[in-house]
Amino acid sequence: MPLGPSVRHCLAPEVDMFGKLTWAAIPFDEPLPLISGIVVIIIVLAILATIVIKGWVPYLWREWITSVDHKRIGVMYIVLGLVMLLRGYIDAIMMRTQQAVAIGNAQGYLPPSHYDQIFSAHGTIMIFFVAMPLIIGLMNFAVPLQLGVRDVAFPVLNSVSFWLTAAGALLINLSLVIGVFSRATWWGYPPLSELAFSPDEGVDYYLWSLQISGIGTLLTGVNFVTTILKLRAPGMTYMRMPVFCWTSLATSLLIVAAFPVLTATFVMLLLDRYLGMHFFTNDAGGNQMMYVNLFWAWGHPEVYILILPAFGIFSEVVAAFSGKGLFSYRSMVWATLGICILSFMVWLHHFFTMGAGANVNAVFGIMSSIIAVPTGVKVFNWLFTMFRGQIVYRTPMLFAVGFIATFVIGGLTGVLLAVPPVDFVVHNSVFLVAHFHNVIIGGVVFGVLAGINYWFPKAFGFTLHEGLGHASFWCWLVGFWLAFGPLYALGLMGMTRRLEHIPDPTWLPLLLVAEAGAIVIFLGILCQIAQLYVSIRTREQRLDLTGDPWNGRTLEWSTTSPPPAYNFAVLPKVEAIDAFWHMKHTGQAPVRTAYEAIEMPRNSPAGFITAFFAVIMGFSLIWQIWWLAVVGFVAAAIVVLIAAWSIDREHEISASEIAQMERAGVG
Amino acid sequence: MGYCRRVLALIAAAALGGCSQGVLDPQGPIASAQRLLLFDSTAIMLVVVIPVIIATLAFAWWYRSSNTHATRSLEESYEGRVEFVVWSIPALTVILLGGVIWIGSHQLDPRAPIAENSDPLRVDVVSLDWKWLFIYPDQGIAAVNQLVIPAGTPIQFRLTSATVMNSFFVPQLGSQIYTMGGMTTHLNLLADNPGEYPGFSANFSGDGFSWMRFVARSLPAGDFNTWVGQVRGSGSELDDAGYAALAKPSKDVPPATYGSVVPKLFERILDQTAAGPGSAHAAGAQRPPLPGAGG
Repeated sequence: MPLGPSVRHCLAPEVDMFGKLTWAAIPFDEPLPLISGIVVIIIVLAILATIVIKGWVPYLWREWITSVDHKRIGVMYIVLGLVMLLRGYIDAIMMRTQQAVAIGNAQGYLPPSHYDQIFSAHGTIMIFFVAMPLIIGLMNFAVPLQLGVRDVAFPVLNSVSFWLTAAGALLINLSLVIGVFSRATWWGYPPLSELAFSPDEGVDYYLWSLQISGIGTLLTGVNFVTTILKLRAPGMTYMRMPVFCWTSLATSLLIVAAFPVLTATFVMLLLDRYLGMHFFTNDAGGNQMMYVNLFWAWGHPEVYILILPAFGIFSEVVAAFSGKGLFSYRSMVWATLGICILSFMVWLHHFFTMGAGANVNAVFGIMSSIIAVPTGVKVFNWLFTMFRGQIVYRTPMLFAVGFIATFVIGGLTGVLLAVPPVDFVVHNSVFLVAHFHNVIIGGVVFGVLAGINYWFPKAFGFTLHEGLGHASFWCWLVGFWLAFGPLYALGLMGMTRRLEHIPDPTWLPLLLVAEAGAIVIFLGILCQIAQLYVSIRTREQRLDLTGDPWNGRTLEWSTTSPPPAYNFAVLPKVEAIDAFWHMKHTGQAPVRTAYEAIEMPRNSPAGFITAFFAVIMGFSLIWQIWWLAVVGFVAAAIVVLIAAWSIDREHEISASEIAQMERAGVG
Repeated sequence: MGYCRRVLALIAAAALGGCSQGVLDPQGPIASAQRLLLFDSTAIMLVVVIPVIIATLAFAWWYRSSNTHATRSLEESYEGRVEFVVWSIPALTVILLGGVIWIGSHQLDPRAPIAENSDPLRVDVVSLDWKWLFIYPDQGIAAVNQLVIPAGTPIQFRLTSATVMNSFFVPQLGSQIYTMGGMTTHLNLLADNPGEYPGFSANFSGDGFSWMRFVARSLPAGDFNTWVGQVRGSGSELDDAGYAALAKPSKDVPPATYGSVVPKLFERILDQTAAGPGSAHAAGAQRPPLPGAGG
């Protein structure tokens, strides 16, 4: 069997110091990517220069970069997700614009080679570097507080997880200026993603950035399963855990079970590409259907990895702002676990059109529609929580109501797609695109935005501006329907997804409406930026001195805002569901005397340094600079081993220090 | 206001105009049955979804904290009968839908032959970079980017790809199916009436994907035979060299016909794709690298 080109290259006597990397990787001849790349570089350099000049480096290093505090890590995840949301949005508006102008004889402003990178990057970024960091960020911030504990089970590992995710995000953005990104869609189906059809480094950027961030995600899953199963405040039995902790547990279990599948699948594709193997090639016995099965064996659970914590957030928000306990808590828990298990039994519905027999398609169609049962139960339970409640419309609650009304439509179209013969005519159409944006924007994004508005005062000690929060909600809601309502219609009219050129001029009006919707969504994003800016400027007037701005029900509201590094000076004793509500109503105040010394983990640079070397390794593997890849890998491994074997990992906060801090009321 | 109305009218016209070509305007029994399933399933779910949306908005409005007329019971968070109903409604809906799915999947299995009095026409479909090759094995002719079929006759498709994965789809005739290298998929369709129906690839296959379109032309049976005769008389032949040239990447390729085809071309394409770049023909499917451009 002939060796793959990369092996031959590697064995060649004149091994190049820089592998495949040459000046040709910089797009000097293409103004659009070159200018956008230069602008990004200038912005990044400007930010870095400001940080250095203002002398913020030691502060950032001490308080954030090396922090192993779950709250700080959660905030950094959310910042990462929001920054990448802007990148993903720019990709989205470029696609919408291309589809609105490239009609009939017009070719639009993007050549296919560029357009194909943009939609591949949009999907990859929005799933892996926007939705995942936002969800995991909120889990990081809220779960230990809700459980009434001081940190996650493995704080240093948590920092490693975050920085590996950031490393993946950095790698994917490097493809803006050095080389190209994948043109093989966000799911990277072979044989299109194989060397024969995608010979450039784009697919390698895709694979290595997801491999590196995927390890971070897997470690997060392990960390949170352990935390939720093993670390809970005294008295917090499973059936007293807040629903957000339940959904986070389900998500973490799904991560642990599903992400290794993705990693293994990508390893096989990498072996095909780098060592000339034939797992998924057309020839030599490769089987592309295996990749598609394995990808969605991860991909469908991934959908629930994203949506379950969002369901948890809505459960917290609807209960808190209706002034009532969540209706039928037990049903909610069982529905969550039901979805968790069922999500592994439906992956084939992503490819009913691959030619499986009627029995197979029917079974997977029925399994998929069964997920609508626990999901429907959740919707009804939110409704009955609102029923006879006293609903206060703060921003998170608006997102919750907007979510229910929007999400049920997405659920309906989802079940439609689960009917195999219906799927045969709308599969891969923009109807499908409308469906999954309906559940991801209407579900995950609304959930995250509700969560950010809900927990912001806990994290920073002051509330967010309500007016601008409401404005952002209305922009997101109206913008979503304007942007994706037309796609439902266009899908039924025969418009397939990923078109760089529109064949039918009669689609133009609906495409223009969709473009307008995307702009309205951008107004929503602008409102959020303004909300953040205005709230920070007026924070003195909006301080949350009680620690409980929403009359909350769960333990995170029982400590100060922001919480001290150790969260709770004395661990709370849990006696009921909605532990803090129970305490308030039985007149128990949090214990603020008789403090004991607390052991807290020390800061660690291990995560940051590991990720630094992981970036070097990933970049050199993409460009086949083998010696540097070895250096990066060995260095990262050494850092991990040193961190793992270090003994002096904790420091003690004495009882008197705690008493002093508690008296001051700040962390 | 007038402008708004004009825009709305334009959108409505576009939606209706589009319906004359899409999934909602079926031109054969498969597509008709699929549209019916689409409507039925939607109706079954709307019975639940519409009341839920109305209840959401009604509860959200009525139980706002400023409404002094609302009855409130803030301590209530469980009621067994309600819970029973809450599980029953989605469960019953899904049981009903499950039946629809089981029966529909079997009736509309793409492999299932369409029962009709006339003998089926066999058509072999090959997706190439970036065009469609249609081979008529029984007629010994072939066409690129145009599919001509007799109305009222069941068409038995065998499909494969000489390149990456694509999906063969004519929305007005019904079911799409993937085409994959080295593998055969099967599809049965029928056009009720003469007409021209757009077809395309519904699975992204690279830079020329948007241009991978063809017209499915359904002719009265007599006209179809005339067309076959004309193509046979046209003289051009699809031989090995011709196929190798055709298989090289190209986009926006005008429709063409071949009066004769080397025997068993479909089977040979299958074998060559599975055998890999060592074989003469599949070599055409290798794509050259593109110059750099940032994402």
